[in-house]
Amino acid sequence: MNGGDEGPLRRAAPALLGLGVLALWEGLVRAYAVPDYVLPGPLAVARALAADWPLLSASLLVTLEVAVLALAAAVLVGGLLAVLFAQSRWLERALFPYAVVLQVTPIVAIAPLILIWVDNVTVALLICAWIVAFFPVLSNTVLGLRSADRNLADLFRLYGATRWQVLWLLRLPSALPFFLAGLRVAGGLALIGAVVAEFVAGAGGSGSGLAFRILEASFQLRIPRMFAALALISACGIALFALLGLLQHRLLRRWHESALARER
Amino acid sequence: MTALAAPAPRGDAPAAAAPLVALRGVAKRFASGTLALAGVDLDIAPGEFLSLLGPSGCGKSTLLRLLAGLAAPSAGRVAWAPGHEERRREIGFVFQDPTLMPWASALDNVRLPLRLAGVPRAEAEARAAAALARVGLAGFERAWPRELSGGMRMRVSLARALVTRPSLLLMDEPFAALDEPTRHRLNDDLLALWAESGVTVVFVTHSVFESVYLSTRIAVLSARPGRVAAELRQDGAPLPRGPDYRTSAAYAALCRAASHALAAATEGAA
Ligand SMILES: Nc1ncnc2c1ncn2[C@@H]1O[C@H](COP(=O)(O)OP(=O)(O)O)[C@@H](O)[C@H]1O
Ligand SMILES: [Mg+2]
Repeated sequence: MNGGDEGPLRRAAPALLGLGVLALWEGLVRAYAVPDYVLPGPLAVARALAADWPLLSASLLVTLEVAVLALAAAVLVGGLLAVLFAQSRWLERALFPYAVVLQVTPIVAIAPLILIWVDNVTVALLICAWIVAFFPVLSNTVLGLRSADRNLADLFRLYGATRWQVLWLLRLPSALPFFLAGLRVAGGLALIGAVVAEFVAGAGGSGSGLAFRILEASFQLRIPRMFAALALISACGIALFALLGLLQHRLLRRWHESALARER
Repeated sequence: MTALAAPAPRGDAPAAAAPLVALRGVAKRFASGTLALAGVDLDIAPGEFLSLLGPSGCGKSTLLRLLAGLAAPSAGRVAWAPGHEERRREIGFVFQDPTLMPWASALDNVRLPLRLAGVPRAEAEARAAAALARVGLAGFERAWPRELSGGMRMRVSLARALVTRPSLLLMDEPFAALDEPTRHRLNDDLLALWAESGVTVVFVTHSVFESVYLSTRIAVLSARPGRVAAELRQDGAPLPRGPDYRTSAAYAALCRAASHALAAATEGAA
């Protein structure tokens, strides 16, 4: 992000490294004649991706939809709870432990229960992904709302600001960088939550997300397709992370240390 | 001519107009047990430029916060002149740091007090722009705090404090972090603003030179617990003061007197 010393070579380094690793992988698979059902080379995976694209892209949309909706719900609920907590210490003390309980309980352990209780599979998946994703939004935003500059808070008090004015004009802007950092973490977690929940649900014989495709392909020993689905999930995660990073940069670049381009 | 008074014991000051704010027997003890102030008696006369001069940690900031109503005294009274009880429209506060909202432009920062008071946007923006112009920042309305130098940020902070046309301006070591040329320029501009607006200023500093250069009266505080140990006045010093004043005999003499008073106040409590 701090542009100055980043030449084109430096910028391309991750891509070059990735290409190198792929080439080595392909070379080794060929040299040792490893069969596809043990370890397919990148070219075989690419062929599977192209051949199965209609199937995989439909599943991709399903998984992505769950992840994005869960992320939206995490922002809504996590953000609102954080604002409530910032208004009332009492409420925070009462509710925060339960948020922690939700956070530390492994989602694979809760997912079967949720799938039993909730008839609609999509909604059940959504709940699972939401549980995983909302905590970083909540805890970061609470921290951000509390870290407003003390002197500024005094100034607001001096001028007789209402609670609402303090929240809207001081606490929320102060919390924005924290919230966005939480959101970036939550994006990845929402995707993981969606995939994990699909695995659990897929074992029950329903669903058509990417995780289910991976399970299905493994039963059928279609290892290249497994890898293709896996690559799609990773690509999604990376895209989501980059997109949220862009959002973060756009919103903060004018004023926050983390997003300042340093001129030399 | 400069009327140069030796450090006078408290209470000997000639009776001026009724004080804007009067502190009587004010003490402040924090929950931690720290006694920051004890037995502070101080009158703030309308229109004066009063410096509070004292060693670090003697309770200067605490005293300003009591004046601003941001904290309550544990003993004693802070009494305002009749007609000035509606304090929040009456006070401007400048902290040691500019304390600007980094997410808002210079204009929006200056507009904040008016916005909080519910002044309509168009009027508030016009007044904020005028306040920026008065501190020499015309043309910087859209600048972000991080794009401004330390001195310019402090000017924005000053404009924000003045935008409500307060009757009392409280300043807590506002220029302590600035380099000397910048500080001198801001000193002169502050004096010009003071003369032009008629605002009463209470200026906290630990710099003898700054207090002598700026004030019509200096209250020297003792080491913790702080109380007013001595007062110096220089009612007759020619205004506006300029670079010549810094090299004048009157300035040197008053600096010496203030240094002695400060040393005595610091040792007396040590
Ligand atoms: N909120 C507080 N709680 C406890 N002690 C405080 C608080 N604010 C200031 N103090 C103490 O009161 C004393 C005076 O502080 P302050 O008014 O900031 O001094 P000064 O501004 O003259 O340097 C110091 O010893 C400081 O540690
Ligand atoms: Mg202080």
